[in-house]
Amino acid sequence: MTIWKDYQLAYSLPEAVEAYHQAQQPVRFVSGGTDLLLEIQQGSHPSMQTLIDLNHIDEMRELSVIEDRIFIGAAVPVSQITHSAIIKEHAIAVSEATGLIGGPQVRNSATLGGNVAHSLPAADGMISLVAMNATAITYSPAGYIKKNILELFIGPGKSALANGEILVGFEFPIRRSGEGSAFDRVMRPQGVALPILNLAIWLRRKGPVISDIRIAFGPSGPIPTRAMQVEDVFRGNELNEETIARAKTTILESVKFRTSRMRATAEYRYHLAQALLEKVVKIAWLRAGEKE
Amino acid sequence: MKEMKNLEITVNGKEYTLPIIEGEVLSDLLRERLRLTGTKIGCNESECGSCTVVIDGDPVLSCSYPAVKAHGKKITTIEGLAKNVGNNGNTYTVLHPLQDAFIEYGAVQCGFCIPGQIMTSYALLEKNSTPEVKDIQYALKDTLCRCAGYPSIIGAVQAASESIVTGKPVHPPIVPTSRISKRMVGQVSHRPDAIAKVTGQAIYSDDIQFEGMLHARVKRAMIPAGILKELDVSEALALSGVKAVLTAKDVLNAKTHGLFIKDWPVLIDIGEPIRYVGDALALVAADTREIASQALKLITFKFDPLPVVSSAVQAHDPETRKIHDTGNLLKHIQVNKGSVSEGFNDADVILEHTYYTNPNDHAFIEPECSIARLTDENKLEIFVGSQIPYSDREQVAAVLGLPEHQVRIIGQLIGGGFGGKEDIAGQIHAALLTMKTKKPVKLLFDRQESLIVHPKRHATQIDIKVGAKKDGQLTAVRTELHGDTGAYASLGEKVMTRATTHASGPYEVPHVDIDCYAMYTNNPPAGAFRGFGVMQSAFAVESMMDTLAERLQLDPIELRRKNALHVGSVTNTGQELRDSVGLLECIEKVEKALHEKAGPFPFKPVQDPEDPNTVRAWGFAVAYKNTGLGGGAPDKAGAEIELLPDGKFEVRSASAELGQGLPTVLQLIVAEELGQDTDHVQILLSDTDLTPDGGPTTASRQTYVTGNAVKFASRAMRDLLTSELAERYDISPEKIEFKEGLAQIDRQEIQLSTISQNLRKDGLIPKVAYTYWAPETKPLGQGGDMHVAFSFAAQAALVEVNTITGEVTVPEVIVANDVGFAINPLGLKGQVEGGIVMGIGHALVEDFVLEEGMVITDRLAKYRIPSIYYTPEITSFIVEHPSADGPYGAKGIGEICLIPTIPAITNAIYNAIGVRVDRLPVDQEKIVIELQQQKQLA
Repeated sequence: MTIWKDYQLAYSLPEAVEAYHQAQQPVRFVSGGTDLLLEIQQGSHPSMQTLIDLNHIDEMRELSVIEDRIFIGAAVPVSQITHSAIIKEHAIAVSEATGLIGGPQVRNSATLGGNVAHSLPAADGMISLVAMNATAITYSPAGYIKKNILELFIGPGKSALANGEILVGFEFPIRRSGEGSAFDRVMRPQGVALPILNLAIWLRRKGPVISDIRIAFGPSGPIPTRAMQVEDVFRGNELNEETIARAKTTILESVKFRTSRMRATAEYRYHLAQALLEKVVKIAWLRAGEKE
Repeated sequence: MKEMKNLEITVNGKEYTLPIIEGEVLSDLLRERLRLTGTKIGCNESECGSCTVVIDGDPVLSCSYPAVKAHGKKITTIEGLAKNVGNNGNTYTVLHPLQDAFIEYGAVQCGFCIPGQIMTSYALLEKNSTPEVKDIQYALKDTLCRCAGYPSIIGAVQAASESIVTGKPVHPPIVPTSRISKRMVGQVSHRPDAIAKVTGQAIYSDDIQFEGMLHARVKRAMIPAGILKELDVSEALALSGVKAVLTAKDVLNAKTHGLFIKDWPVLIDIGEPIRYVGDALALVAADTREIASQALKLITFKFDPLPVVSSAVQAHDPETRKIHDTGNLLKHIQVNKGSVSEGFNDADVILEHTYYTNPNDHAFIEPECSIARLTDENKLEIFVGSQIPYSDREQVAAVLGLPEHQVRIIGQLIGGGFGGKEDIAGQIHAALLTMKTKKPVKLLFDRQESLIVHPKRHATQIDIKVGAKKDGQLTAVRTELHGDTGAYASLGEKVMTRATTHASGPYEVPHVDIDCYAMYTNNPPAGAFRGFGVMQSAFAVESMMDTLAERLQLDPIELRRKNALHVGSVTNTGQELRDSVGLLECIEKVEKALHEKAGPFPFKPVQDPEDPNTVRAWGFAVAYKNTGLGGGAPDKAGAEIELLPDGKFEVRSASAELGQGLPTVLQLIVAEELGQDTDHVQILLSDTDLTPDGGPTTASRQTYVTGNAVKFASRAMRDLLTSELAERYDISPEKIEFKEGLAQIDRQEIQLSTISQNLRKDGLIPKVAYTYWAPETKPLGQGGDMHVAFSFAAQAALVEVNTITGEVTVPEVIVANDVGFAINPLGLKGQVEGGIVMGIGHALVEDFVLEEGMVITDRLAKYRIPSIYYTPEITSFIVEHPSADGPYGAKGIGEICLIPTIPAITNAIYNAIGVRVDRLPVDQEKIVIELQQQKQLA
């Protein structure tokens, strides 16, 4: 049993879509393939007749500032994102998160598109993009479609991408005065190297108050969500002990964490979520202050 | 869409145009098609980093990189780093500074991960020629080294960086050497196989290919308990490309194997019990590994399930189902000294507690691989990295019904062993398939099979009760151990015996009573693993010593000093220690360094002034570990030395090199005894046709036994040459001396090559053999000397606990090991560093999880081992209390270095936050729960 039979390199989006529809089934798009190939090899994913490699499509390898937006191509290796001066300046949470995906060698192959399309509820890169309120750009024969990143998921391991629809990249606004972000996570030394809990925060300062904030925890629920009620506690308020205490209580009331066998109980996750929230929001606040 | 006809790639500067193969990954292209076997496959699941190559400047994992994806790219492998310089037959190889540095720093041990380490480091230095330690750790995070030469690797990368920047040769490291070193022994010396290992030229079993070789796979039960009712291999046999499918019906002679107790079935027959998930039901040989794998899926079987016995304590219950006809008790082991009831009566304080240790996997980076073939003379040859070649031969011959001389085990380089390559893995199965097909057969385990099949470290439950006087004098220790030896005996009895005899610690205790029950269960077998039972009991004893110190308000170091074994002490088995007991000096050395670093109160918790949620404290522990088999087992090793026609001495012994550095030890001894440098000594190991039996490479025994055999063989060689030369030149023997390639006879110098050739002309092959017998030992229960020697150690570990998340790190370790005499200081450094990191792994990282006999941690991604991030700063002291019979006083080091690390860490955690860890590994969530409970109580 081979992992794939036909491995095709596509050089443009139309070409990739055409190849997809002409290919012998089963067929999948692949960029880094660091998760997919392992899953096939280990029997947790059926083997593929055709894999269509998207790494040679120029626009999917692009990482750039286009007017007032940052664009990250879905096939950009995550190591490049981590070390990108643009990302460090405009979305350091994304740099921090992508710097923790897999290991150093894997990060030279793995892509942000794969990290998101895999639809795992605690994918570091994905969680950081949720906090950036990124827009996902997809391509199909009908042309380009833009949607909020949260619309990409329908269940754990299941993306909302249609057959033959390609995730092209992500975009979000450049960093403006008073804005900052941060990402952190807690691991367990034993067992699978997935975070017990991760957290990304983006916020905007206006004088002494947080005028806007976005918070994403993973893994929380079958598909990624924002911790909207916790955000509401911060929004329009000063960052002080009282706000933080209320936010922590709101985590207990509004964010869903579950027990995963041999990894963490829900109680431990709630405990960590509160501690991480305090740590990460303070870092994001300080960073926001650096750009006022 | 460009239709791709061929794959065009550049590898190490050479352009290739190759046809495309379906589903091919880059590592297969490199290893199979281009025969660049320096790129290794450790896990094949993107975890270990051994397969790292550099593509267009970036390090990537070639095992999961589609070969087609490399189209148009430039690839550098380990074979491409060294440069050949010069021309016209006058070429020589110039190593890359990284390769030089890895050799200089002793970063090369078993060598299997080294190509990956060097390639990852190479990519780092190409981008950042002056990396800081944190950059090196970041880059090498997922390039695993189980010998855990991480400190040396970091040092080597820094030294290479300096060399690249300055253009000067690599700056050698500072290595603590023997205090009593001689001309050769006790001096820093590089491994004889180091250059091969850093250039990718070193050959391990899976790197070998033979013409017409078949690939084998084994159908495993994958259920822990049941009776095999039906087995259907017909579909597998009918699959195109399948050359043979064997079942128990094809096993015609011995039906079981085993190191001492032969209770492990070669294949499970219909009507016979399946006792663990790894039991073999059928063997397949096919043209390719893919076909063999496909055939496994076509083999079907039915079984009647049986209740699963999943722990030693459950197995001990008389109500529990019997796994073997003989019952569930492999062995009840007892140690008695004095009268414990009297001892507890004398005690002012008595403490009791139960400790639990989990199973561990060796996780050597090289998975098991055996290749069998028949020679033209119909001799069966097996190429395998084995810790006990002669035992392999005996077991293979018995199952195949061949006389032993018709079986030849040709030992290959071993990519890590740690005890996990002592039992039969694929040797017999490959041999059976070769006998059936008459073709060479390779049986390579994948990582999952390796994790499921081979014996693990024993899980134990240890109930311990300790009595002491107010001043700390121990009066009695009573211990009950339950050890889970799994489905088959393996070395379970020996391991648990060592756990038992070491279960009152390296202390003089007047009254000791220990019962140990080594129990069969439906878990994977448990057997030898570095530390060999002593790791488990030391965790219990050393935890109790700290608890006792706290209760008595004594300094934990003082408490240990008060009770420490010393010359003249009598151990719990009744052995009087007459020499070589360096424990007190180890304690002193560590204590002094500890106070210098941490002031007078190292065990008091210190809050980080910057971050109040980080608390640090030191912990302390000591240990001892036997050298050699002991217990009345005849412990011998053979060695042979020949003066070759080219003037070099060749040493031969079937002792195994697992990365620990035995060849260097043997080279140094011969060089010392025969007046040579190491370049004039070559080593041949582990070939049952060419090398005499060195016995098992286990029990920290090879430096001692094979070291002695080689030392005495060298002296015999000197005598032989001296008497021959004395006669030939008519000169008195005292006037003959040997030095680097020469014999000096009076004032005349003669090349050794000339001497060898002259002797051969006269029909005399200058060759001597020597069998060394270690001093006789007594079986347990008879008193007297149970072991020829013990090694001792003390360690202090600093832990840092995050009181919010419960996370624990170990930033610093201080260690002193009494090794008798440090023959090979560079190898010793590697063993000590590796032992400490493995100890940190056992304490904090490694958890082999079983549920009702099923292996949950069946991938390296689930059974994690320490990465380079776990490397502590290590301060190491060599303590040398020579043992009377060891070569130059040396005794074992391979295991002792791991043992005290674990309790030193858990004791430090207690000192930091008041949480007593009594179950391994440390669980950060439990730490948080206990801290919350403490808060509530307060």
